[in-house]
Amino acid sequence: MGRVRRTTELGLLLLGALIVIGAYALTALGRTASLPANIGPFLGMLVLLFAIGHVAIRKLAPHADGLLLPLAGLLNGLGYVFIARMDTDLAAAQATWSAVGMAGFVVTLVLIRRARNLEHYRYSFAALGILLLLLPSVPVIGQEINGARIWIRVGPMSFQPGEAAKLTLAAFIAGYLVEKRELLALSSKRIGPLYLPDPRHLGPLLAAWGVSLLVMVNQKDLGSSLLFFTLFIVLVWVATGRGVYLLLGVGLFAGGATIAYQLFGHVRDRVTIWLDPWPVAKEEGYQIVEAAFAMADGGLTGTGLGLGDPSRIPANTTDFIFAVVAEELGLLGATALLMAYLLLVGSGLRIALQAENNFDKLLATGLTTLLGVQAFVIIGGVTRVLPLTGVTLPFMSFGGSSLLANYVLLALLVRISDESTRRSSARSVEAVAGDSPTVVVAS
Amino acid sequence: MNGRISKVGLGLIVCFSLLFLQLTRIQVLQVEELADNPENLRSIDRSYEQGRGIVASADGAVLARSVDTPTSNFARLREFPEGELFAHVTGFYSFEYGAEGVERSHNDELAGLTEAQRYDRVSDLFVDRDRTADVTLTLRKDVQDAARAALGPRKGSVVVLDPRTGAIQALWSYPSYDPNLLSSHDTDAVRAAWNQLNEDPNAPMLARSYRERFAPGSTFKVVTAAIAVESGVVTATAPVFPPAASYTPPASTNPIGNFGGEVCGGTLVEVLTVSCNSAFAQMGAELIGPQRMVSSVGGFGFNTALPVDLPAPAVSVVPTAYGAELSTGVYEDSARLAQVAIGQNDVAATPLTMAMVAATIANDGRAMKPHALDRIVARDGKVLTQVEPSLWQRPVSPETAALIRQGMQSVVAQGTATQLAIDGVEVGAKTGTAEVGDGEATNAWVVGYAGTPGQVPSVAFAVIVEADPGIGEQTGGQIAAPIARSVVEAALGAQSGGTG
Repeated sequence: MGRVRRTTELGLLLLGALIVIGAYALTALGRTASLPANIGPFLGMLVLLFAIGHVAIRKLAPHADGLLLPLAGLLNGLGYVFIARMDTDLAAAQATWSAVGMAGFVVTLVLIRRARNLEHYRYSFAALGILLLLLPSVPVIGQEINGARIWIRVGPMSFQPGEAAKLTLAAFIAGYLVEKRELLALSSKRIGPLYLPDPRHLGPLLAAWGVSLLVMVNQKDLGSSLLFFTLFIVLVWVATGRGVYLLLGVGLFAGGATIAYQLFGHVRDRVTIWLDPWPVAKEEGYQIVEAAFAMADGGLTGTGLGLGDPSRIPANTTDFIFAVVAEELGLLGATALLMAYLLLVGSGLRIALQAENNFDKLLATGLTTLLGVQAFVIIGGVTRVLPLTGVTLPFMSFGGSSLLANYVLLALLVRISDESTRRSSARSVEAVAGDSPTVVVAS
Repeated sequence: MNGRISKVGLGLIVCFSLLFLQLTRIQVLQVEELADNPENLRSIDRSYEQGRGIVASADGAVLARSVDTPTSNFARLREFPEGELFAHVTGFYSFEYGAEGVERSHNDELAGLTEAQRYDRVSDLFVDRDRTADVTLTLRKDVQDAARAALGPRKGSVVVLDPRTGAIQALWSYPSYDPNLLSSHDTDAVRAAWNQLNEDPNAPMLARSYRERFAPGSTFKVVTAAIAVESGVVTATAPVFPPAASYTPPASTNPIGNFGGEVCGGTLVEVLTVSCNSAFAQMGAELIGPQRMVSSVGGFGFNTALPVDLPAPAVSVVPTAYGAELSTGVYEDSARLAQVAIGQNDVAATPLTMAMVAATIANDGRAMKPHALDRIVARDGKVLTQVEPSLWQRPVSPETAALIRQGMQSVVAQGTATQLAIDGVEVGAKTGTAEVGDGEATNAWVVGYAGTPGQVPSVAFAVIVEADPGIGEQTGGQIAAPIARSVVEAALGAQSGGTG
């Protein structure tokens, strides 16, 4: 089982590398790109990174799902090509961050041999998560960039602690729910037609949720706010199976959104621009408007790599990188990208389904939800399906914190997948051995 | 728990399907709409990369061209070699602010974006070639130069066109601006120039010649006279307006006085020659009447869009409401109609419209469609567009036009525009003086035509010199007529030179 998966993975990695290298070469030929055509160092670095990831999985998690790393590598590689096409300085930084991310991937696999061990530290994770979220509000080290106070700066390094907080909070909720899911599933209080669980058990969860939301409203980071909210609601519902939590969640969301709309000018602006960006096309709405022009310019098949005009799009290496892809690769390329994210989501959820214990199941579901919803929130924001909220496009956007966090997330999924596959295959070997010992000898 | 995990997956599939649907909407269904949006400056980016055709004057001067800029971030720069001279016609072409004028109205041809240019031959599917086209205008640099020199640093406009074809030969307004300031690659400099031009109280970017309206004053008497003659209420011999120093309209107590309080009257040609206010006010209020006035002014380009091939021309207006009929031929607001008949009250005309009025009379009552474009030729020599003269409308008969011309020639021979008399040339004109604001300052006008005697005139013109507050009263004959004279001489010289 493990060996087949590793061979598949290697094949897919080679395919991904081929696509990325091809894209890089085409981009370098494009008229409007600022990319030198020296492909050697780039090729070496890319192959080296993919190879390191592959070898690490062979050594540390040989039974893991074979789709995760190739998909992440493909997205990371394509993201790099588009960033390099826009700005060669950023590309050098992104290459470094990719290496750091891959290092984080390997270290996570080395350190965490059983995902379930994380369950013991659930309250520490909660405290850590809240601490990380509060850090940017601390004077001196906290930094406000583009209106959102989500950065800390230590010496020459800037970091978004919220990216790490996503992971620790997901681990906390998974652990907490494993402990309390049965209590939460019981309905002891009746309010009208609704049966609600005892508030005592709900308390810590609501508190953690409230604190994280408060911090994020305070820091004006609407995207992460939405992301956390979805994570909480989805996991509580998956753990308890009580539809009332979904209702409660939608109600809380509607209430929170209304209050935020009333209280905060920047929330009102976002909604106004979402509903109709055209009257403010030269002012606040220009991001959305330019993104729409770019995507329309791309049409069905795109302008071609390196042949578009993405310098018109603001934040074209971070929040709006999807618009650049849609411009130069067209609807076809953009759809392929959507499919890549869906495949990643599918792999993550399949790992959750196959996981042996409830903590692994909930953690895998939570991590996958984070990945999928984050991609949905930012692509939806760029295409005006949702109001625009600034989050990164996982594995593609420029940014070290996000890349590192997503590689650690990937490593956790790989770890959970490896464990469950190893156990189930061990069990099936035992079962076969019990029935017919000769088979074991023969094999 | 597994069932619910699968539902999470299903939920995300639904979310991503929404993204796909929205992308399809943007990238397939709304492509044209988004590409045509005026905020969309992407085609301008492209032409900075791929070049753009030349805009040239009829006498061969390059008015706009793309030049290679090897040292800049952009491959090419849009250059306007004549600077301010043709700015109101070519418009500008800016990375930041889009395009204006011919650069806007013929953008697709200049940039090579029309269907005919893109897929001309089968090989176009595979080979990239220069698809741009060059635009040649009917305007002449020599006539435009003469207009600029004659007007000098005074606010105003000069319009010259060929009455036989509607071809515009000069369209100058002062102040103007240098479009090169807006096409620079230096974004900060472009923004600074844009802000400065927009904040300038003299509005140098406003094409006053066709986008600004002014009270036409006595030049409007040409329209009043033509409507009166065409409808039969006035002939060459009747009525004979009684000599008067002023005229008091029915249902009014405010008399309309003649210029300088003079006493005037007589036949149509006589009252036109001396620009007799009392006679024309009476002609409008009592002989023409509101219905005929309102229904006829469209024939001279009022209250209707001028079919000119320049973007967004202003509509010249004549008031349409004159109140109820009190008794036969007497309206509540006959006083207003009397003022309208002499080009006051709320009558407002662009200089281009007034030039068209003169052109229509000159061309035996046939108003040709005014146009600035002559032809568009693709880089491979294929003619994409050749503008042929076409009739717009025919408001008056040749007989009516001949009678009005007789009056306008008399204005030059012995009336208010004697400075326009040119030996060997048939010239007809009408001057005008319109009060601005509270009457402190006045706009000076002259409209008319010129050409070889016995033939249809080949030049029609309108000149306005706007009053600066405090300069005091100017009369068209003193201020505007000398400008018209030198422009007419330049236009006739250009035509006899055989290059026109």
